[in-house]
Amino acid sequence: MESILEVKDLHVSFSVRGGEVKAVRGVNFTVGKGETVAIVGESGSGKSVTAQTIMRLIPSPPSKIKQGQVIFNGEDLLSKTNKQMEAIRGKDIGMIFQDPMTSLNPTIKVGKQITEGLIKHQNLSFAEAKTRGVEMLKLVGIKNAEARFNQYPHEFSGGMRQRVMIAIALACRPSLLIADEPTTALDVTIQAQIINVMKDMQERFGTSIIMITHDLGVVAGMADRVIVMYAGEVVETGTSMEIFKNPQHPYTRGLLRSLPRIDQRKDEPLVPIIGTPPDLIKPPVGCPFAARCDHAMKVCERIDPDPTHLSDTHMSRCWLQHPMAQEVQSS
Amino acid sequence: MSGPLIEVEGLKKYFNLGKGNVLKAVNDISFSINEGETLGVVGESGCGKSTAGRTILRLYEPTAGSVRFNGTDIYKLSPGKMKAMRRDMQMIFQDPYASLNPRFTVTDIIGEALDIHNMAGSRKERKKRVEELLDMVGLNPDHATRYPHEFSGGQRQRIGIARALAVNPKFIICDEPISALDVSIQAQVVNLLQDLQKKLGLTYLFIAHDLSMVKHISNRVAVMYLGKVVELAESEELYANPMHPYTKTLLSAIPVPDPEVEASKPRILLNDTGSGPIHSAKDGAASGDIYNLDNSSLVEVTKGHWVAIPNS
Ligand SMILES: Nc1ncnc2c1ncn2[C@@H]1O[C@H](COP(=O)(O)OP(=O)(O)O)[C@@H](O)[C@H]1O
Ligand code: SF4
Ligand SMILES: [Mg+2]
Repeated sequence: MESILEVKDLHVSFSVRGGEVKAVRGVNFTVGKGETVAIVGESGSGKSVTAQTIMRLIPSPPSKIKQGQVIFNGEDLLSKTNKQMEAIRGKDIGMIFQDPMTSLNPTIKVGKQITEGLIKHQNLSFAEAKTRGVEMLKLVGIKNAEARFNQYPHEFSGGMRQRVMIAIALACRPSLLIADEPTTALDVTIQAQIINVMKDMQERFGTSIIMITHDLGVVAGMADRVIVMYAGEVVETGTSMEIFKNPQHPYTRGLLRSLPRIDQRKDEPLVPIIGTPPDLIKPPVGCPFAARCDHAMKVCERIDPDPTHLSDTHMSRCWLQHPMAQEVQSS
Repeated sequence: MSGPLIEVEGLKKYFNLGKGNVLKAVNDISFSINEGETLGVVGESGCGKSTAGRTILRLYEPTAGSVRFNGTDIYKLSPGKMKAMRRDMQMIFQDPYASLNPRFTVTDIIGEALDIHNMAGSRKERKKRVEELLDMVGLNPDHATRYPHEFSGGQRQRIGIARALAVNPKFIICDEPISALDVSIQAQVVNLLQDLQKKLGLTYLFIAHDLSMVKHISNRVAVMYLGKVVELAESEELYANPMHPYTKTLLSAIPVPDPEVEASKPRILLNDTGSGPIHSAKDGAASGDIYNLDNSSLVEVTKGHWVAIPNS
């Protein structure tokens, strides 16, 4: 598949009083054309920092991109000027956040917020932009779109606001949509609707999607491929089938085991992952999961394993899968 | 499991919004909870789950109805007797951070609960009890002098649990106790709650919007919608044989962490549900009442399985 985005060896840190939070530590992944890639992992694992770095939305200071490249359509976004980025944001890359109220301007009618990008990026007249804006509102399932066009964000419910955000993010038909926990604040029935809207839009426009979430159910329903992050690193990637049916990294396995499933009987107790993630001011030198891992070996605490490729699409960063440790695994 | 510890009957809690509009947050709910049982309450935001929980603890005065604890109607108790009763009925909140005083050490937070009910004893006894409680919830007793911000989210929820347990309650309302926690931490807290229940014979009302977790932890589950219980059944039964259309909608919306199961699901699209349980002065009906709940009654359809059915 042709890739639209390639994140290469990305390192991002924050200066804080106690030192430097190494939030993203060598992240690599690609997103194909029309593909949905989910990034999962617990809070603080670096998902949002990664997304905001791609969009160059992360304030510096306190953040610092230490190393790496973000190749979008063949060009490195990290070497763009702010002005160039402004032309890309909204036009080529759209973004939706968890809380639409923080990204919608409460004092401006939603119609104006949709048409702004269209007028700026696509040189449409106001009338043309309005036609397109109303059409977008209809597409995301907002009834009475003409009337709603002239309303303010607070006149919409949470789920409806998130639809407006999707309409704004997709108005210019960006080739990439980054959605950071877009359904986390919503009820499950509303979440199901929003996911359907996103799938619909993707089919219609061929948009690639990066979906950041901690809900593995949402991932299973949406993603072609999954990136599992832990402590600022990508610890496993694979197709949805590989990650859900054949997870290899002990963190991924732990996550799946700690979830109750609505479609299964509850005979077995949940298996929690013990402990908490490491402090990223002083990340461990070895595998970041070692302190919580049932399989941790001596080598794990000393050396962070390199990626092991298990198939063209499946990668795990764990000594258990490392070719040098095959004997250990079988014992 | 023995007889009912909690009996809720015809409970209503209305909030007056002015101009004749009334928000019927809890609108005539009835159920009982047996000793040692966990009753789950699920439903979407605004359906009245938390208000029901708070009214059952009499943190809100009810608009109508009764709540009997061990046979005693708690709404008839004098303030003094109610205070004593509070020892038996505790609550654990969703946001462990907001519910813990940031300027208090863990010892102060848990000790305060003891002080309120004059259960602290001497300084030494108080300290010992705090350490015992921390140990019980899996926290290091040496950390008793630390402040809430020095703990992770899951650890803070353990502090909240220790505080609730301090006064030896019989009944605990857990209001979204794991919603703010990471998946890997949620299971730790749920297992802790289950262990404590076994060890101490606790009775739980477990409120959550995560239906998978509610199913896991509950013996029976009540589904709420617009201030009403629309269905109540043993948890396996409810998930295997949902009968009310709202329950069916809710269950089908829950994503399952399995791509094959998800791929085989039909895509459902639901309607916007209006403005919730607000009964306007004009026509008196809740705008989202698409199931005609105002004219329904909870009927036992099969043994132990109750469903709201429109009155004929
Ligand atoms: N503005 C900031 N200042 C300092 N640290 C930050 C800031 N933003 C994020 N971080 C840190 O970066 C790490 C990754 O955070 P984030 O990307 O938000 O994680 P996720 O989205 O996976 O929950 C965390 O340790 C977080 O505390
Ligand atoms: S490298 Fe070692 S500690 Fe890390 S996940 Fe694998 S087995 Fe566990
Ligand atoms: Mg985030």
